[in-house]
Amino acid sequence: MDIATFQAYGFFFFTAFMVVVLYSYIYHLYSSQKKGTRDYEKYGNIALNDDITDQPIEMVSKDDETKK
Amino acid sequence: MENRPLEYDYTVAKLFMYNAIFVGVAGMLAGVILAWQMAFPQFNYILGVNFAEYTNFGRLRAIHTDSVIYGFVLSAVWSSWYYIGQRVLKVSMAESKLLMFVGKAHFWIYMAASVIIVIGLQLGITSSKEYSEFEWPIDAGIVIVWVLWGISIFGLIGIRREKSLYISIWYFIATFLAVAMLHIFNNAEIPTYFASGGIGAWYHSVSMYAGTNDALVQWWFGHNAVAFVLTTPIIAMIYYFLPKESGQAVYSYKLSLLAFWGLMFVYLWAGGHHLLFSTVPDWMQTMGSVFSVVLILPSWGSAVNMLLTMRGEWQQVATSPLIKFMVMASTFYMFSTLEGPIQAIKSVNALAHFTDWIIGHVHDGALGWVGFMVIAAIFHMAPRIFKREIYSRSLMSTQFWIQTLGVILYFTSMWIAGITQGMMWRAHDEYGNLAYSFIDTVVVLHPYFTIRAVGGTLYLVGMFMFAYNMYKTMTSSRVIEESELQNATPMGA
Repeated sequence: MDIATFQAYGFFFFTAFMVVVLYSYIYHLYSSQKKGTRDYEKYGNIALNDDITDQPIEMVSKDDETKK
Repeated sequence: MENRPLEYDYTVAKLFMYNAIFVGVAGMLAGVILAWQMAFPQFNYILGVNFAEYTNFGRLRAIHTDSVIYGFVLSAVWSSWYYIGQRVLKVSMAESKLLMFVGKAHFWIYMAASVIIVIGLQLGITSSKEYSEFEWPIDAGIVIVWVLWGISIFGLIGIRREKSLYISIWYFIATFLAVAMLHIFNNAEIPTYFASGGIGAWYHSVSMYAGTNDALVQWWFGHNAVAFVLTTPIIAMIYYFLPKESGQAVYSYKLSLLAFWGLMFVYLWAGGHHLLFSTVPDWMQTMGSVFSVVLILPSWGSAVNMLLTMRGEWQQVATSPLIKFMVMASTFYMFSTLEGPIQAIKSVNALAHFTDWIIGHVHDGALGWVGFMVIAAIFHMAPRIFKREIYSRSLMSTQFWIQTLGVILYFTSMWIAGITQGMMWRAHDEYGNLAYSFIDTVVVLHPYFTIRAVGGTLYLVGMFMFAYNMYKTMTSSRVIEESELQNATPMGA
């Protein structure tokens, strides 16, 4: 197998793998919304409630800051 | 002073906005001169024979493309970043002296590089790479500008109050990372003076790649410059400005996420369609075609998401010229992301490649999608930055219709010209002799070139109206209260 053929097959299988990853992500998004694990749609409000005095949709907590 | 409530600081957004408006007019003026030159070659001498060196098609072409892409669009993208970034992360630039300094340095170094680029291109100094014409010292300067933007992005993210990054931020990050990678790899070059021990000009360089490899890297760059300068940051803008202006949250946030990752995944591999029927490996050409067609899905994912954001609120399209610009922009986005994949199919490309249809495609995307979205973004931001209402709604509305007519004349004339051209080039008699010479096609195409020049001129007229409206907005429009700025942008008659 020459290098060009190897590259072509390599690319094909890499693509197939990435397709699986992408579809798994889509499944993850919709299933977690359905199960109520996480409400993704609330993040759309970040653009609407964007005054500096508005309450953040999810605050960066003190815990997160100490973890950093 | 200490008791003043915290506010967003738009100093840097404002600087980039001024430049976007100025370069938008100047870059499109260059484009219109080029269009008239294509129809009537005597326009090459627009400033007389003595200045023909500076006004001919070859010199002006790179000035047009580079100033519109990297001047008009990038300035508007950065203006939007310094506006949207603060708002969706809920943090003010005024809170960090370092980020403010970086933002200003970002603008002024970018301006210095822009001036040198324009002078250099006027003098005919180029590395001959399309959309990447700059010699090595400028390429190094671009790295500095880009790094400063990166510090600004990740610095602002680092001090944010909003935990989750809004979808627009993801698109800005993608723009930053991808262009950094594209710029470095496509501009891997050897300064000839230093490599040869003092031969030639000190600023000259040659690409590290040769032949087919150079073409492959160039079009991997070229197509992804479209992706990550003319698409992802513009999506970042529409995902913020359309919901904000209409008061409607994005139709589906999940769809925005999966369209984002789909786009990231697919776009990088589509550049091969620029090299169909060339010397690159066949599988790469096929890959370029296949990925281009697949690209319809994530592109339409974003565009449909935008249009559905207007669900139940379509009356706003009729009443607000600003919403009209954005809805037309997303419609043109759908349109050009369908047209592009069609052109990337091998059999269609055999006809379309090298013809004016490609130029038509570029411009329905650039004028209809990118241009309209940039204009809408500036119209939305200006009253919030200058605390004055938009000077004239009717001027904005007239601008919209004039420019829409301009885009339609542009792409329809180029469709007809391109397909006619392709058909004439390939026509042959029963013995395989070509039926037409090149000049035969030029004669047939002349009326369409003239229509294109008229279309471009209309769009430019709209740009002058835009600049005037913005000038009046900044200087003499009615001063407004903060409470008027919640969603729909306040406009005078």
